[in-house]
Amino acid sequence: MATDAVRGARKVGRYSLLVFVAVVVLFPIYAVLLQALKSGPDAFDHPRSLLPVDLTLDTIRAAWTEGDLGHLLMNSLFVSSVVTVGVIVTSLLAAYAFAFLNFPLKGATFALFLATMLVPAEVTVVINQRTADSLGWMNSYQGLIVPSLASTFGVFLVRQVFLQIPKELREAASLDGVGHMRFLYEVAAPLSRPTLGALGLFTFLGTWNAYLWPSQVINDDEHRTIQIGLNSLKTPNDISKFNLLTGGLVVAALPIFIMLVVFQRQLVRGLTAGAVKG
Amino acid sequence: MKRKLRDLPPALLMLVPSLGLLTVWVIYPLIKAIDYGHKKCDISSRNCRDVGWDRYFSVFQSTQFQDSLIVSLKFTLMTVPIGLVLGIGLAVLADKHLKGIGIFRTIFSSTVATSVAVASLVWFVLLQPSRGILADMLSDWFPVLKNPGLLNDSGTALPAVALSSIWASLGFTFIIIMAGLQSVPRDLYESAFVDGAGSFRRFTNVTLPMLTPSILFVSVVLTTRALQSYGEIDLLTQGGPQATKATTNIPYLIYGNNSVIHNDIGTKSAAAVLLFLLCLAFAALQFRGFGKRVHYGN
Repeated sequence: MATDAVRGARKVGRYSLLVFVAVVVLFPIYAVLLQALKSGPDAFDHPRSLLPVDLTLDTIRAAWTEGDLGHLLMNSLFVSSVVTVGVIVTSLLAAYAFAFLNFPLKGATFALFLATMLVPAEVTVVINQRTADSLGWMNSYQGLIVPSLASTFGVFLVRQVFLQIPKELREAASLDGVGHMRFLYEVAAPLSRPTLGALGLFTFLGTWNAYLWPSQVINDDEHRTIQIGLNSLKTPNDISKFNLLTGGLVVAALPIFIMLVVFQRQLVRGLTAGAVKG
Repeated sequence: MKRKLRDLPPALLMLVPSLGLLTVWVIYPLIKAIDYGHKKCDISSRNCRDVGWDRYFSVFQSTQFQDSLIVSLKFTLMTVPIGLVLGIGLAVLADKHLKGIGIFRTIFSSTVATSVAVASLVWFVLLQPSRGILADMLSDWFPVLKNPGLLNDSGTALPAVALSSIWASLGFTFIIIMAGLQSVPRDLYESAFVDGAGSFRRFTNVTLPMLTPSILFVSVVLTTRALQSYGEIDLLTQGGPQATKATTNIPYLIYGNNSVIHNDIGTKSAAAVLLFLLCLAFAALQFRGFGKRVHYGN
């Protein structure tokens, strides 16, 4: 009986701790969301109030117009979608060559691929900006998209899956006269669907969230992505408009939150691919 | 051999897209940056002359680089250890079979959904001296929150950026460590329990050793991110407060609009290459330091 009481007390203790930590972690999001859902003057008069009273969509609506958020979201959606499809295609092709074909210098080429994974964007952007400039790609969708179309990580990930496909399957197919492209399209790619899903999710998120490259290659309103465009709602000196930023933040964060709730399992699978043995 | 040559044309066709893109956008700029690093260019950066490889030393020794190096190292020290400890703490807390634990796990991973821009601007709103909720709630105890504001004070600006960064990375750390915890074989705990190990001993002698691969991975990723953080600085402080440049880290020195070397491609390239070497050195150091202790099972 006594042990039951102890166990019960422990459970209560653990739940209280869990709730406390959850509140701390969520507090910044909650506070900003609430500020966005209050109308300007009210949020100004009672910034301390964390109670969800007098909620309105006015701030978000105003931010939507003022920040041209629809346009920014469409830019981000377009760029991220094209990059995602592109990365999946280039990764499938290169991974196929590494997994199923034999050619001279294969080991060295693969090593070169892996080595590029070590080079951070922070090193290459100085020169890439010049390259984009000389191609006339500053302030253009090509400039945002093309440099991200190949992913070493993607090639590596897909190759790992392709290596699990029995070689006999490929040999049997080639005896039946099935060419490389058809085998890739009809057998190898469908077999690696879960990995492609994780790769796609990560590429989409990475492109959607990118900051450094878009900030260096774009400086007009036309091509700005949502991440860069939010900055224009940041008006610390104009107090009457300060709340617009919270509205913009809600609009910018919402699609990704929804996406992550839907794809939670793929996300965890992808994130942990490099970390846990197996 | 014959087979090798027969496969060559399709292999080339399939490799060309990736190889071409990586050559133009990763390999070429890396080589070019190394080359520019030992040149001095005029403001148009078209006319450059060779000034010798020891230019890397002079850039490294310059006050601007040294100052930003110190900011980068401080920022790494502020974010990585605390981020790791908090992430491990959250994961251990949520690694129990309790009713509704899934909700808590989702909440703890939630910050993974925030981008650099969203996370930074959330904290920008919270910390805003005149309107921010934190400034409003806590300024009786911490007057600096109101005047001049955490992000505008040379002493607190960097820790404030670090706070936003720790919060933003928490979800990622939690997910990785959680997955690591779940792959620890349960019978290890049972035998430790049978041997009379208390919960603290079980944590230090079973959990931590089995978690080392995940911890190493998170630690390398967090360190690299900390050394390369640009967005949070650009959005929160622009490298300022300007008088002391208290948050001008190496990436901001290279890419920031307010940077003194903004129009000097030679110095920028040299600094970028030095940043690359710094990241490599830190990663190598962690792999070596952890190396002997990492336990991959079997």
